[in-house]
Formats: sequence, structure tokens, C-alpha cells
Amino acid sequence: MTITVKFFASLREQVGKTETQIEFSDSLTVNKIWQQVTANKVLPKHILVAVNQEYASQDTTVKEGDEVAFFPPVTGG
Amino acid sequence: MNDSQLLRYSRQILLPQIDVSGQQQLLNSKVLIIGVGGLGSPVSMYLATSGIGHLVLVDFDQVDLSNLQRQILYDTTQIGQEKIVAAKHKLQLLNPEIQITAINQQFDKKFADDLFNQVDVVVDCSDNFATRFALNATCVRLGVPLISGAALRWEGQVSVFLLNQANSPCYNCLYNDCEQETETCNEVGILAPLVGIIGSIQALEVIKVLLNMGQSLAGKLLRFDAYNNKWHQASLKQDPTCPVCNNTKSV
Repeated sequence: MTITVKFFASLREQVGKTETQIEFSDSLTVNKIWQQVTANKVLPKHILVAVNQEYASQDTTVKEGDEVAFFPPVTGG
Repeated sequence: MNDSQLLRYSRQILLPQIDVSGQQQLLNSKVLIIGVGGLGSPVSMYLATSGIGHLVLVDFDQVDLSNLQRQILYDTTQIGQEKIVAAKHKLQLLNPEIQITAINQQFDKKFADDLFNQVDVVVDCSDNFATRFALNATCVRLGVPLISGAALRWEGQVSVFLLNQANSPCYNCLYNDCEQETETCNEVGILAPLVGIIGSIQALEVIKVLLNMGQSLAGKLLRFDAYNNKWHQASLKQDPTCPVCNNTKSV
């Protein structure tokens, strides 16, 4: 299975990627995807995740063709 | 409305969706703005000039030289003044016909509920997670719509939580009350026009929610990456395990 992973705003610099595709055989959660693309870093709780333009949790399971996007927290004002 | 008011608001009264009745509704509205900094500046200025009849401003800070780059409510002569006092002065110059209540206090969990029961909409222009979670919890408990905006570095986001309606997601559904504090504008910086953009969208959403018209950002989160010029919008559902909005509704 192939899924597309996108990083938004300052996460691009932090992760060093804008967009990447990953291949896998088992079912994967959002959390596992993050670990796979960041060399096993822990996914911080305040990073938002959207699967196919809908906000999802770290436990959401993704399927073939899904787009997973990660967003950094923004609290300033 | 008198002739002067009809002229002052004529350009938006011209819009068929607003008309005289919509303008009168705005004049009868009361909006609470938490924080009059980078976001609170454009929010309060646009809501004042648009003729929102009563604005309530809450902040506890003083004007600092480092604020002036983006907090366009203030000018160089006001450095050291209470923001609330300087803000009220500027907003009354922009529109002397509206009522402005200025509260020099930090918003926290102990803040009185009375104020929330008297307003139509609350606008979150604060700058930290703790205030945002406390404000969200109060709005959920009292069923007041919350227009939330945030900006940092080159990125910003806006969402609308119609907490007066059943099954609305809340701010806590989004971030799940993570205790971790993140960076502030003082630490990582912020570009001035970005708070103008995000604050202006918040002001726009306030008007739409007050008039109950158009497509609002309710149930959605709009993100803007200014550096890469990317806009992203995704839908947001109520978290069935959210301890803030689900607990309240089941009581």
C-alpha cells in the first residue's frame, strides 16, 4: 500500500521534508507513520493530524491512497 | 439608525445580505475580545468600524516598544500605557458611536461568568494554551460561540466553534488539553501582516456568526502557511471522548 505524507509550515524544516510517500504492507496508525518518517521520534500530542482533509487522532488507521498531513501547533496572538 | 450612521455604514448596508436590518443587528450585538495584541488589534478595529454596538476588551498588559511592529492599535506615544486604556482610546476615535467596555484583567478560570452570559460571541486573541483552554471551557459551559485565531512565525489558523449548538466540536477536541506549552511570539517571532490576515478572518467570521449568514468556518480549521503560500482547510468533528464538551452536554 502507498500513502502520501505531508508536513505543513515549520514542520517542513523540523522534519526536513515537505511531502513523502511511504509503502507498507500491514495496517498502520498515524502514530506509526510519524515514527517511520522521522526515524522513530515520538509524535508530540500538540501536533495536529489530518487524514484526507479531516482531523484525526494519533490512533487513526490509514489505508491505501490516503493523504496524511501533519501540522505544527500555533498558539501566538 | 440616524443619517450619520446610515452614511457611516453605507458601504456595507449596500450589500444585499446585510442591508439596514443586518446593520441594526450588528449595532445591537455585543462581542467579547480576549487579548488586544497582534490579533486583537485588527479584530477590535474592524469590529469597531463595522459598527458592532458593544465591544468588551480584556487584557492585562502594557504597550511595549516590541509590540508596535504588529499591534496596530497602538502608537509610539502610548508606550507604557495600559493596553486596555490605549485600545479604548483608539477604538473610540475610529467609532465614537459604539460602546466599549475595557477590563484590565488577565483571563483565567476564576474570571466571572456574568460577562459571558451577556455577549453574543467571544473572540480568542490570546497567546497561550492555558488561556485558550480556560476560555474554551467557559464558552462550552455557557454555550457561547467562540471564534479562535492563532499566529506564530509564518503560520496561522482560524476556527469557529458554535458552542451554542449541539454536537459542535470545541477547542479541546482539537488539541486534547495537552499540558505542554509551546513557543510564543517573544521566543520564535512573528511576521506583522500575518496577524493582520488571521485577525481579519476572525473579524469576518464574527460578523457572519452574528448575522447567521454565509459559510462559516464552523466545524473546520483553516491553516495558512504564509512562507510557502499554502492554505489548508480540514474538517473537524466533536471528539466523542472530549472531557470538556461531551461531559458538559451529558450533565
